[in-house]
Amino acid sequence: MYSQGLIGAETETEETAEFLDAFQSRIDAEEKIEPNDPMPHAYRKTLIRMIGQHAHSEIVGMLPEGNWITRAPSLRRKVALLAKVQDEGGHGLYLYSAAETLGVSREQMTEELLSGTAKYSSIFNYPTPTWADIGAIGWLVDGAAIMNQVPLCRCSYGPYARAMIRVCKEESFHQRQGYELMKSLTEGNEDQKAMAQDALNRWWWPSLMMFGPSDTASQHSDQSMKWKIKRFTNDELRQKFVDATVPQAALIGLTMPDPDLTWNQGKNNGDGGYDFGEIDWDEFWRVVKGHGMMNKDRIKARKKAWDEGKWVRDAALAYAAKQNSKAA
Amino acid sequence: MAVTELKDTATDALTNTIIQIADDHLILGHRLSEWCGHAPMLEEDLSMPNMALDLIGQSRALYSYAATLENTGRTEDDFAYLRTDREYTNCLLVERPNTDFAHTMLKQFYFAAFMHPLWQGIAKGSNETLRGIAAKAEKEIGYHIRHAGEWIVRLGDGTEESAMRMQAAVEELHPYTGELFTVDESRQQCIEANVLTNIDPVKTVWDSTVHNLFEQAKLIIPEVPYPQTGGRQGQHTEGFGFLLAELQYMQRAYPGASW
Repeated sequence: MYSQGLIGAETETEETAEFLDAFQSRIDAEEKIEPNDPMPHAYRKTLIRMIGQHAHSEIVGMLPEGNWITRAPSLRRKVALLAKVQDEGGHGLYLYSAAETLGVSREQMTEELLSGTAKYSSIFNYPTPTWADIGAIGWLVDGAAIMNQVPLCRCSYGPYARAMIRVCKEESFHQRQGYELMKSLTEGNEDQKAMAQDALNRWWWPSLMMFGPSDTASQHSDQSMKWKIKRFTNDELRQKFVDATVPQAALIGLTMPDPDLTWNQGKNNGDGGYDFGEIDWDEFWRVVKGHGMMNKDRIKARKKAWDEGKWVRDAALAYAAKQNSKAA
Repeated sequence: MAVTELKDTATDALTNTIIQIADDHLILGHRLSEWCGHAPMLEEDLSMPNMALDLIGQSRALYSYAATLENTGRTEDDFAYLRTDREYTNCLLVERPNTDFAHTMLKQFYFAAFMHPLWQGIAKGSNETLRGIAAKAEKEIGYHIRHAGEWIVRLGDGTEESAMRMQAAVEELHPYTGELFTVDESRQQCIEANVLTNIDPVKTVWDSTVHNLFEQAKLIIPEVPYPQTGGRQGQHTEGFGFLLAELQYMQRAYPGASW
């Protein structure tokens, strides 16, 4: 999903060729770039955009799952979901902190999210009408996120790479938990099986869209790959995800909603892989541009929390100021 | 009266008391979990679910123990999900709506300040299983007192608006605090069996915790001529039915399914 963070990124730089070459040599030598190191303006901007969008995705991503916390069907599931959503908030916090090392504040990023200038992953603009959606999100959405994020643990920007290590560990736990939830539904009664299949039908294609536009349509991948912000292209990661996930669905008796899905031994340099159907890119761009079913509701919910929380944040600042002036 | 009957009465009293405490924790944890994703700041989006997890975790330990004592095959989920409103015996305080952050923190503080000395008593009491639950819970609830308490001070002594909202929460919720200290026949039996301590010292500690904090937070403890009670007898406020409708939705819509 986080590759969508590169949509519209600025790649023009004004730095001298000498400066850019020296920077590139550090990247090529696999040195980590740290907050106080000189870096091209576009490198900084791209990372701010990418990490910011990743952070926003974690925060907005709390909403579709949070939708089921009060209705979770057992106490065990309730605490697991609550802990999971809390983890997503924690990821948001580390990521905002990582972005802050590049010279942007959390408040500034929040304002950009609420005003609609900053984006977040399009996947969270789909609704979670049933309990099985919680399983599907863990299994597919977190599964796709891991595919994207594991290579980010080697991202050239040090603070982002380090944040990703912890995030990936937690995401991989969520993915297993989501899959286990789906599996338990497929072992249940007919209603539960139908609920699981319906959730897969709705989440499969949007999960594939999380990897962003196809390589032929993605304008910024080349520069980001060169700077080792990204290590794989959108299509490479999407293919890995499909290849990993299709057998998982078969194992629990679910059918992928893609009649064109076929094994192709010639793919992946002869190791084989799945051919899959055409993604509905019109739908992708519609949702990215703010016209998915839940786009407006998501931002409205975030804005409500932010606006209604203002008096609390103001009070905390006022109290701290009083304490400081007493101490002075 | 035969010895077995005596034992059964004592077990019933213990079970009833455990369910009361479990219900308090489940319902307060549920209310707190409603905030997840909607808090005034990201740090609170982490802290409130943390406290909710503690509370729901404690309710699970207690329901499971009640199920063992009852020995009829009911599980923690049967207690949590498959009773009618009249069968829940949580106090009214914990079911009150979140309203705003001031109300939420105050509810949390009132309850934690009550549970802390109660757990301390249980931890030294005669029931081994409860001693184990209490040892963990006491530490967790100690954190809730600190966290909610710090917010109450910040809000009470923050801006004009926050002070006004904090005092309004006190006016609204204080009448529900008396019910925390009611002792029914089952609790009385537990006190006599040294499972629970006497309620008077618990009340003394609570009074002093609240008094000290309110002084720092510049809040006024109101007179309560008409305390609100009823939850311990299963008589709940109107919002409780909606809380249960959400909580129980899946179990009611798909009877007998396992999740």
